[in-house]
Amino acid sequence: MAKRSNEPFFWAMFSSGGMLAAFLAPALVLLLWFASPLGWVDAPSQEEMSTKLGHPLVKLGLFAFIMLSLFHAAHRLRFTLYDGLQLSHLSALIATIAYGCATVLTLCAAYLLLTFS
Amino acid sequence: MSSSPDLQSSSSAAHEAANPSYRPYHPRWYRKPYPILWWLEKLAYKKFMLRELTSLAVAYAAVLLMVQISALSRGAAAYERFETVLRSPLALLFHTIVLLLLLFHSITWLNLAPKALVVRLGRRRIPNRAVLAGHYFGWLAATVLLFFFLVGS
Repeated sequence: MAKRSNEPFFWAMFSSGGMLAAFLAPALVLLLWFASPLGWVDAPSQEEMSTKLGHPLVKLGLFAFIMLSLFHAAHRLRFTLYDGLQLSHLSALIATIAYGCATVLTLCAAYLLLTFS
Repeated sequence: MSSSPDLQSSSSAAHEAANPSYRPYHPRWYRKPYPILWWLEKLAYKKFMLRELTSLAVAYAAVLLMVQISALSRGAAAYERFETVLRSPLALLFHTIVLLLLLFHSITWLNLAPKALVVRLGRRRIPNRAVLAGHYFGWLAATVLLFFFLVGS
């Protein structure tokens, strides 16, 4: 009886997270962390921003973006550590830490978004 | 070491005791040792490593987005403090590096799309250039949509 591998599941998370990050992350960084605070654009106030992000569909989108980005990064960093620092003998430990961190942060995101009005 | 009287019995336990260096036959892979910083040797390797390290920027963006959501939910004063930190030179410098890494991620990711996605229309295969153009158009569309969503009241 062969043990079923988790690898396809994590690869799917890696792949969808990579696609979401490729499409959205540069624009998010440019708009939220350059254009808005520096006044290059007409930035929404705290109240307006809360209304925009408080919509249930937007919250769902934010959750998907955060969760998949985190698992994308965990998966990629895991293999970067194996190959870049020749640590394949520690694969179980590194995988546990990487996916563990992604899981904890995802739970934080879920809590933040559920309590966000 | 070889003074064991059991040697002639040729039981394998006795044999191993007599010859500690003896191992039952199993092939060992020949792996050429390579330096730990092998990825600094060629430009292509450095680009590969840089591409993999863009994942740090992706994770950072996800976490800072969470911090921003948290600041938003703590009220106007907390949000203003968050925005003030973003305006500091150190934050701007750091976010410039993050943005460059994220752009590198987007470009390398989308450039792989035609290799990962083979689309057929009937018996014809959609050319790579069309798949690539579709993805870059999607990137542009997502950026514009986000702009209209996040700018203005």
